Amino acid sequence: MNTRVPEKSESNFSELEKHLLNDFQHDLPLTENPFADIASKLGSDEQTVISTLQNLKDRGIISRVGPVFRPNRIGVSTLAAMAVPEEELVLVAEKVSAYAEVNHNYERLHHFNLWFVVTARDDSHLDKVLQEMENNCGYSVMSLPMLEDYFIDLGFDLKWT
Amino acid sequence: MDMTVLNPNLEQALISVIEQGLPLVPRPYADIALQIGCSEQEVIEGLQALKNRGDIKRFGVVVRHRKLGYRANGMVVWDVPDEEVKRLGHCIGQYSFVTLCYRRPRQLPEWGYNLFTMVHGRNQQEVEEKTLLLVEQCGLDDIKHEILFSSRCFKQRGARYISNNPLAEIKISPASDQK
Repeated sequence: MNTRVPEKSESNFSELEKHLLNDFQHDLPLTENPFADIASKLGSDEQTVISTLQNLKDRGIISRVGPVFRPNRIGVSTLAAMAVPEEELVLVAEKVSAYAEVNHNYERLHHFNLWFVVTARDDSHLDKVLQEMENNCGYSVMSLPMLEDYFIDLGFDLKWT
Repeated sequence: MDMTVLNPNLEQALISVIEQGLPLVPRPYADIALQIGCSEQEVIEGLQALKNRGDIKRFGVVVRHRKLGYRANGMVVWDVPDEEVKRLGHCIGQYSFVTLCYRRPRQLPEWGYNLFTMVHGRNQQEVEEKTLLLVEQCGLDDIKHEILFSSRCFKQRGARYISNNPLAEIKISPASDQK
């Protein structure tokens, strides 16, 4: 039984959900019927696997079933930060989030308090977006593009206890 | 047949559809094939080629850590001497609780950190403990570092390099790291 899971987090997962969340982050079968193949590994059936994944997606537990691209292999991206006065943060964050080129956008507890990732198809488009953002928000954007990746993505090992 | 070469038009079309995730239907690759006008087999082989080439790092269920109780997300930034950054980056990058480990440029004078790691935990204390473990295991005692905890998530979704769908999910989640 879980003893350390904090309140209000989603913690009541069925065995099927736990396996779907933990075991298929890396290699979804590239076969004609991938969900049927998953089902046979887990002793379930195709329709149950599909509806369970859909339900996890609807609840926001998973963002998608699909690829994680290696950064900067397809298009370009950067991690950007702004230092925004507290009283304007929500407004500026909404302006930043409104860009389709922005995927992650977080408040962090620091002088630089707004951190977001911007992706684009090429450098000139990326520069244009960052420039436009500065004009639009009224704060300078610090851009910290990745120079080297030391991490091998093996998915995230979820500990259920 | 070389399993890393793809028709460039097919590749662009495939990436723009697939980056938003697979349709959750019995034959998702056939569904994608129909959208981009190729065969199911071409979609499967195309994805295999992108994986083989390393453009797709992993292909599967993408979880949202916060929703799973991993509510504290600490961006740990380190000011590492340039000649040491590769070795220390590889040391940090091997731990399962680390989910990103990148070298980025300093922006002096306001930003002096050049190594960025993401550490997830159920609460801030767990992130601090894991960071301490990294300090011990990789010998980082003399390396200046800071942990930038996230307090609000304004937006989180997969990167869209090509499709840039304007129907972005814009969300504001409440602060949830304190505990």
